[in-house]
Amino acid sequence: MSDHEYTPKSKFGKWFNDRLPLLTLANHLTDYPTPKNLNYWWTFGGILTFCLITQIVTGLVLAMHYIAHADMAFDSVEHIMRDVNYGWLIRYIHANGASMFFLAVYIHIFRSLFYGSYKAPREIIWIIGIIIYLLMMAAAFLGYVLPWGQMSFWGATVITNLFSAIPLVGEGIVTWLWGGYSVDNPTLTRFFTLHYLIPFLILGLVVLHIWALHVPGNNNPVGIDIKKPSKDTVPFHPYIVIKDGFALLMFMIVFAFFVFYTPNILGHADNYIEANPLVTPAHIVPEWYLLPFYAILRSVPDKLLGVVAMLSAILILAALPWLDTSKIRSAVFRPLYRQFYWILVADVLILGYVGAMPAEGLYLLVARVATAYYFLHFLVILPVLGWKEKTLPIPLSITEPILGGSPNLASAKNKESLNK
Amino acid sequence: MKNFFKIFSFIILFSGLTLSTLAAEKVEYLKTDWSFKGLFGKFDRAALQRGYQVYTEVCSSCHSMKYLSYRNLAEKGGPEFSIEQAKAIAASFEVKDGPNSDGDMFTRPGRLSDKFVMPYDNVQAAQAANGGAYPPDMSVLVKARGGGVDYIYSLLQGYEDPPVGVTLDDGVYYNKYMYGNKIKMANQLSDGLVEYSDGTTASVEQMSKDVTTFLMWSAEPHLESRHQMGFKAILYLIILTILVYFSMKRIWSRIETEV
Repeated sequence: MSDHEYTPKSKFGKWFNDRLPLLTLANHLTDYPTPKNLNYWWTFGGILTFCLITQIVTGLVLAMHYIAHADMAFDSVEHIMRDVNYGWLIRYIHANGASMFFLAVYIHIFRSLFYGSYKAPREIIWIIGIIIYLLMMAAAFLGYVLPWGQMSFWGATVITNLFSAIPLVGEGIVTWLWGGYSVDNPTLTRFFTLHYLIPFLILGLVVLHIWALHVPGNNNPVGIDIKKPSKDTVPFHPYIVIKDGFALLMFMIVFAFFVFYTPNILGHADNYIEANPLVTPAHIVPEWYLLPFYAILRSVPDKLLGVVAMLSAILILAALPWLDTSKIRSAVFRPLYRQFYWILVADVLILGYVGAMPAEGLYLLVARVATAYYFLHFLVILPVLGWKEKTLPIPLSITEPILGGSPNLASAKNKESLNK
Repeated sequence: MKNFFKIFSFIILFSGLTLSTLAAEKVEYLKTDWSFKGLFGKFDRAALQRGYQVYTEVCSSCHSMKYLSYRNLAEKGGPEFSIEQAKAIAASFEVKDGPNSDGDMFTRPGRLSDKFVMPYDNVQAAQAANGGAYPPDMSVLVKARGGGVDYIYSLLQGYEDPPVGVTLDDGVYYNKYMYGNKIKMANQLSDGLVEYSDGTTASVEQMSKDVTTFLMWSAEPHLESRHQMGFKAILYLIILTILVYFSMKRIWSRIETEV
């Protein structure tokens, strides 16, 4: 993949590398030419890798002490919190780690939306990313069920019941998913198994995600194709490693604050009440990171159509490389798209907010408008924008705007006014 | 760097918004100073011991605390009774054990390793004795209620006569902090109800605060070590971040791009 051929220096290294080119891979990863104008929004890929590893490692330890049984799960979690050495720390890292993971993935996705990273030739990277995101949601949902609190139980009931919306076979599928006629012990044990499996599927997809990335190389804030390696690139190590490291440390400070000082704020109090099939909580709400989709689900009066809308809201992202007809990648050079981008961000935040509120009155109305706009953005605005929008002239290389001053939008604009 | 601060402040803002949305509570709870809040928050040892006294003498006749053991009472970060005191406390309870070699169940004085003795054998017995309502286990109660300690603290002092027009069934009481204002637990606290061994005046407010502190500890027995470790961990991260920042500046100074 590297442009130059790599030969290990030592004799053993050469012998080994001829048989398994691990050293070539390591060399490729350190030398990997990266655009030098990447900003801090690009550090979230590394941060996400950290999140995944953290979840896997803490999850492994938790699994050693957790008991996946309807009568013992809640007790075993309390056992972890009280009697396992630093069990409270491991569990709070794992629970808050899920939220941190989603915070990072949303920033990562919206970065891609802003800079057009999903466009040719990076469609496959993007689609793998969407699959990872779907699996993350599945893993998060399954994991939330494991403590077997009230929200676990009723969340599981609500979400699995969505499948009953499928015509004819719906009810059968739900029974099959539950392993019985209600959410019960068989449901818990299979959820635990799947919760253990999915992170490793994600890990495999992450490898593919990075592999696919290393073929065309990183997109960059200017969004133009660059020669690699060239004056526009820096080797991944040490430049990007140290920068990602710095950003990761800042991220870890936020993470640590949650873990040590407000470990339960992102969870729901009801999940500290043991699951009780006879008592339904007043409001059943998912975790914050699923709220926008929950709002979409509830904004459609028909159950089946609601489920379809919710799924489409995610799957529509996979079609994004073809829905966005603009040839220009970066929003920096797309004045109109830039504004619609921020409206979309606001729209999703609004959906998240109304998702946490009861589905009635004004909230429901807002949810419906926001849902409609969400689809409007992808299905109408983006395709039309690509044809209609007058984009700004793009620079020929990264170095060009950089030498004029800073690598920011401002200088790119100056450059363009100079050209006029 | 400018861009970086934008991102960082975005994350902070976002977390802040999430927190405020989630923490939004409609009811104004009674406020008091909790010693365990804040970066260095620790439990008030005397309050925990008094709180335990209130729990045993008042609450424990209906509410279990199934996740606590008597040994916890002597552990660091808790009420920190001496081992002898904790042993004496444990021994003052009758614990059902067995079967012995004859196959019979028997009772014996409690040991440090025993869980807190439960007031009822099972949920049904608890409900039968309490007019159908199950007095919830109190081990993690403060974490299982939206308002947390402020809610429990307020609830204990929130009993009042029902407003005109509100009729209450038998065994139902009016509490202004309870969800729906109707609660099946009667007002339990009255001034001077317990006699604190340390001479503190047992006002309703004092007892509410003490027992709530005790419940906070029972829900989060490692709160003190969490705060201590958190401060160290974050301080460490900040120092490391500063060092890495300067290393990054140094490395990136080799090329003309600003980082």
